[in-house]
Amino acid sequence: MDRSFDILHFAFLSFQSSVVTRVNVAFGVALVSMLMCHPVLAQSSPQSVTDLVAKDHPNDVGTTLDVSWSLSPDDDPDADPPAVSTYHILRKREGDAEFTKVGEVPLQSTSFTDKNVERKQAYLYQVVAVGPGGESAAVTTTEAATPVMEWFRTDRGWLAVFVLLICTAVTTFIVIAKSGRELYIRNIPGLEAVDEAVGRATEMGRACLFVPGIQDINDIQTVAGITVLSRVASLTAEYGARLEVPTARSLVMTTARETVEASYLAEGRPDAYRKDDIYYLTDEQFGYAAAVTGTITREKPAACFYMGTFYAESLLLAETANGVGAIQVAGTAEPAQLPFFVAACDYTLIGEEFFAASAYLSGEPIQLGSLRGQDVGKLLVAALVLIGCGVATWGSVAANTELVGGEMAASLMSFLQDNVLGSKGFLP
Amino acid sequence: MKRTVPMIIAATTGFVLIMSHFIPLSEEWGSKAMQWFNVLAAIAFVLGGSNLMRMNLQKISDRRPGWGYAAVTLIAFLVTLSVGLLKVGVQPTSSFPTNAWAAPYNQEGSSLWWLYEYLYKPLASTMFALLAFFIASAAFRAFRAKNPEAIALLSTAFIVLMGRTYVGGLMRDILPRGMEWLSFDSMTNYIMGVFNLAGMRAITIGIALGVASTSLKVLLGVDRSYLGSGDD
Repeated sequence: MDRSFDILHFAFLSFQSSVVTRVNVAFGVALVSMLMCHPVLAQSSPQSVTDLVAKDHPNDVGTTLDVSWSLSPDDDPDADPPAVSTYHILRKREGDAEFTKVGEVPLQSTSFTDKNVERKQAYLYQVVAVGPGGESAAVTTTEAATPVMEWFRTDRGWLAVFVLLICTAVTTFIVIAKSGRELYIRNIPGLEAVDEAVGRATEMGRACLFVPGIQDINDIQTVAGITVLSRVASLTAEYGARLEVPTARSLVMTTARETVEASYLAEGRPDAYRKDDIYYLTDEQFGYAAAVTGTITREKPAACFYMGTFYAESLLLAETANGVGAIQVAGTAEPAQLPFFVAACDYTLIGEEFFAASAYLSGEPIQLGSLRGQDVGKLLVAALVLIGCGVATWGSVAANTELVGGEMAASLMSFLQDNVLGSKGFLP
Repeated sequence: MKRTVPMIIAATTGFVLIMSHFIPLSEEWGSKAMQWFNVLAAIAFVLGGSNLMRMNLQKISDRRPGWGYAAVTLIAFLVTLSVGLLKVGVQPTSSFPTNAWAAPYNQEGSSLWWLYEYLYKPLASTMFALLAFFIASAAFRAFRAKNPEAIALLSTAFIVLMGRTYVGGLMRDILPRGMEWLSFDSMTNYIMGVFNLAGMRAITIGIALGVASTSLKVLLGVDRSYLGSGDD
């Protein structure tokens, strides 16, 4: 009985052992198969990038190199997870032994800009694709790249040509005006109204309010506004009216004080100059608008001048002053604010008229010469617009008919678009 | 002398900035010039602040009309200045766990941040919101049909206004096929893309030329009115 039990027990153990072993083996095989099939663990290192090139970055001081390559064939952003996660960029000086890592870019990137290189030093680059499966074999540039300094930004060549042409025209007419030749300047009603506004304020015994915009003195519109202030101050000094100038920048306050004082001095009325009427309020746009509108409501100035850079506060100021019955003259080069000023003010200096104000009001021949220079610039632009329209029309008509020169017109048009108007011209 | 030195500084800086736009070597000089301007502007802020204090103190002491506003301005100025300078309510950051002074002055939750978020921003928004009413009153005046030009302006404004609203697109579905161009949104697009764009470009070109001419006058010292008098 015992023996038979032992045999049975042995047989059971053998069977159990065999089953366990088989199960273990099967489980092991399944596990290995599963692991082999898992997208992460099954991945091998990605394939290398191709077409690796390093070259000098154009139009810089020679401290930048551009590295570009074609993607690794395994770089697929839709894969889950992607076989390539980053590209490591390594660099060495020509002659050195070791490459060192200088940066990394994410998958799908085909370029890297190295902004930390020495001028006239040759460099070699390596790019390694890195993913969950490891790193690809490093690819090295076949030719060393050397950063070189350019003396002139060729991508801004056309812009330079136009700046030079306009500056030459302005300077030439300044010289002509200096020689004493009389220049005709058309009447600008907005500027003629300055005298009328100050005169009215004097008659009413109320103040004139001059707002020089909300930007600092490094803004050319503020400078243009200050030159108008000079003329307004001369008139208030002459007529004996009070002039108030709230500013949104400390430097503008200092400049305005100097300008107004100079005007009062020139008019022989230094005693009438009141330094405290030119004061600083706040740099904050709406804080400034609130303070100035408050001043307008309380003091009810008879004449308000807005000359400089304005944004959303333009209408707040102009409508408030309109409400108190002030005569208003505005000038700005912010196209978005011009409709507001036109709607709310009596006179508005639109864009170039505002910049012409200083020359117009001073009446100095040298300054008037600069206006003529501006006109030459306008002529140049008008000619270019006409040529552009002509060429575009010609190209368009020729494309649909048998008109000769269609191809030439198309290529001329694309040259104008890409160079004069494009990245190498006015839109760098 | 008082005018010559600033003029030389302005001209030199101006030419350096122009050069920096075209010559890569001088790009750094251009950014240095701008840094100098920022330093000067920061120093000038002390001038502005002290002027603000003096003017308002004088107004309060003389009991001039509106001196109450001057008192509010002064209190607001001093509270904001001290809260910002002393970094009141600023908590230490993980970089400097033992030193709250190392944290930024405008850190979220700090007193200055609170003043900005719950006092300044609502006040500024209120001022901005007033614009809606001012636009309505200005438009009422501007669009009065008193002559043919004003009628043209009013009609154009009406079309653009309607085209920018839900009604503009709605008309497109009502109009018969081939007449969609009569819908407000189509006419708006045409007005904005042709007439308005042409006008804006003309103004922009004029402005660009004006900027070039004024800059040149300043750089060459032709226009010196912004420099004050020449007397020392």
